[in-house]
Amino acid sequence: MQTIVAYVENKPGVLNRVASLTRRLAINIDSLTVGPTENEEIARMTICAHTDENGARRLEASLEKLVDVLVAENISDRSMLERDLALIKVAADQQNRPHLMELIKVFRGRVVDVAPESLIVEVSGTVDKIDGLLEVLRPFGVLEMARTGRIAMTRGGDLLRPPTATGSKDKDSTPAST
Amino acid sequence: MKLTGAQILCETLERLGVRHIFGYPGGAILPVYDAIGKSKLHHVLVRHEQGATHMADGYARASGGIGVAMATSGPGATNMVTGIATAMLDSSPVVCITGQVGSKLLGSDAFQEVDITGITMPITKHNVVVSKVEDIARTVREAFIIANSGRPGPVLVDITKDAQQATSEFDWESCGPKLPTKRVRNNHNQEEFDRAVELLNSAKRPILLAGRGIILSGAMRTFEQVVRTSNIPVAMTLLGIGCFPATDPMNLGMMGMHGEAWVNTAIQEADLLIAVGMRFDDRVTGDLRTYARNARKIHIEVDRAEINKNVKVDAAIIGDAGETLANLLPHIHERDHSAWLAHIKELKGDSAVRDIQSLPDSGHLYAAHVINDLWKVTKGGAIVVSDVGQHQMWEAQYYHHDKPRTLLTSGGLGTMGFALPAAIGAKFACPDAEVWVVVGDGGFQMTMCELATIVQEKIKINIAIINNGYLGMVRQWQEFFYDKRYVATPLIAPDFAALANAFGIRSERVTTRKEVVPMIESARNSDQAVLLDFRVEQEDSVYPMVPAGASLHEMIRRPNNPLVETATEP
Repeated sequence: MQTIVAYVENKPGVLNRVASLTRRLAINIDSLTVGPTENEEIARMTICAHTDENGARRLEASLEKLVDVLVAENISDRSMLERDLALIKVAADQQNRPHLMELIKVFRGRVVDVAPESLIVEVSGTVDKIDGLLEVLRPFGVLEMARTGRIAMTRGGDLLRPPTATGSKDKDSTPAST
Repeated sequence: MKLTGAQILCETLERLGVRHIFGYPGGAILPVYDAIGKSKLHHVLVRHEQGATHMADGYARASGGIGVAMATSGPGATNMVTGIATAMLDSSPVVCITGQVGSKLLGSDAFQEVDITGITMPITKHNVVVSKVEDIARTVREAFIIANSGRPGPVLVDITKDAQQATSEFDWESCGPKLPTKRVRNNHNQEEFDRAVELLNSAKRPILLAGRGIILSGAMRTFEQVVRTSNIPVAMTLLGIGCFPATDPMNLGMMGMHGEAWVNTAIQEADLLIAVGMRFDDRVTGDLRTYARNARKIHIEVDRAEINKNVKVDAAIIGDAGETLANLLPHIHERDHSAWLAHIKELKGDSAVRDIQSLPDSGHLYAAHVINDLWKVTKGGAIVVSDVGQHQMWEAQYYHHDKPRTLLTSGGLGTMGFALPAAIGAKFACPDAEVWVVVGDGGFQMTMCELATIVQEKIKINIAIINNGYLGMVRQWQEFFYDKRYVATPLIAPDFAALANAFGIRSERVTTRKEVVPMIESARNSDQAVLLDFRVEQEDSVYPMVPAGASLHEMIRRPNNPLVETATEP
């Protein structure tokens, strides 16, 4: 699994371009999250893809060739944090509810909704942690689940930021006169 | 000054230096055509929108500038798809402008509505829909920058009809391009650079692999200096042809599937490959597992995504070919590679003797003869636009190009039907050049409607149809690999001479070798377009050939008793 973080122009069609590119490279995406950044014109993507290091390098380089992708960086080898958030609706009755809540506590999940025959757990953390909780909840009956997919950030002073505009210095390109 | 979107488009194109637009009108682009009529732009009416994109592509390839193609929405736009993909695969800077239904109708399946930006997303460098008149000038200016920067490629701008009709203040200064601020990567890696220098200066059997990137970068002179200093021989890709003189003794010729045997053998024996502006296409490498196993590899390439894509390299230098070579040049030692060069000469051996070109006239007409005679008569000075198939390979083997941008051909996509329209575009780019179309009878029939464009525009180009009555290259594969089962390759063609006459184009049929030179001369001397129908050997094959997927050294060689034994008889 390779993790690539990209800053892209926040405008229609960009997600389509990114998705179209991964399809063209025959790279299967495990999760792709997009969200706004502190600059409303720029969005941040975290792309988790089933590919090897070489595939990730190609994806990263090809992503940066897209006009609307400002930065693409493979951070798989870096020290980083990654988080996934899940809402899980589990079957729960009077009898097993206390036991269930104990288990959820161990995984640092929060019960955010309780109904007579079910409850909803909110849990965030690494994929492994969420998968671990799921494993434990499954015997009770997982009725519904929504996951955000991973977001990732490198630790410490290793900053990955969009380039700042330095004023438009683009020059027109003209056809050669012959 | 208030102008309509259509007028703004024309004004912008004029200011960007555009003189010719290759296009076809229709409902959704009609406001633009009305404005073209009042502008200084010259519009070339094509007969099919695929032709428009090939013409724009041919214009770009011949000139080094940007070619512009135009079409209406729906089928007009979809007809451009093949031409756009052709330009994409060969990194050709083409800007396509399409009309689109009014912005209020978008997504409603309106008449002639098609999501052309969606369709062309994977085959353009960039594309964009413009639905506001205020955005037209800026977007077109951006398109021109994108098309011809870095690794060039096609850009499509889809303009809704209401944006063409609406009016807006037009001020050139305030509608400047505003491309996203991208990270500027520092591609200079001193470690890789030093490794490349060390490899270059220590190799015993090095070869330079020269690709189209050298031509796109305008790096011909620097490349030649590298060759002279290092004494390293050159092998070329199909699209690299012209980047270094074919007649130079240091030029081995074309490599790959139909490269000469000594070139491919030398690559397999080399201890260092220096690839410049090429991408190790499968037609160049053959089986990757056995490709140049003895060689270390240096890759000089502007597109980072090409590094280690097909061939794993020992040193990669990302950057413009010209700049990179100029940086390398002072570090390259003068070396004596005479032993290696002598060995390659030995590999050549009797290949030249077996070459069909040196066989006496046997009464048969071979494509190789036609093309070699064309080279001799034109003294190598023509722009030759070849199509796709056997004749394309013979052209690459027997027409010796000494100058860049004198061979235009569809390499990456291998688009049949490219030659005729691309040659029209090339003629507009270089009106004083002698332009020859070399095309098969199959490919010609795909876009021959553009003969009418030649007549309407009164341009002078020469067309040589290499007519063997087959889809020759496919027939050759059927002969070699499908036990001569010629399924769907025998090809009925119209009488091309009569057809050309019907269009109002002079034409001759050529059936014997002795007619070839006089006919070529007569075509050149005519001030009008001429079509020559060369009836060549039907079951001739291109040699040598590396079968698809085979190792580069596993070549099917030119037979000793060339195909036709009669060729050696009096």
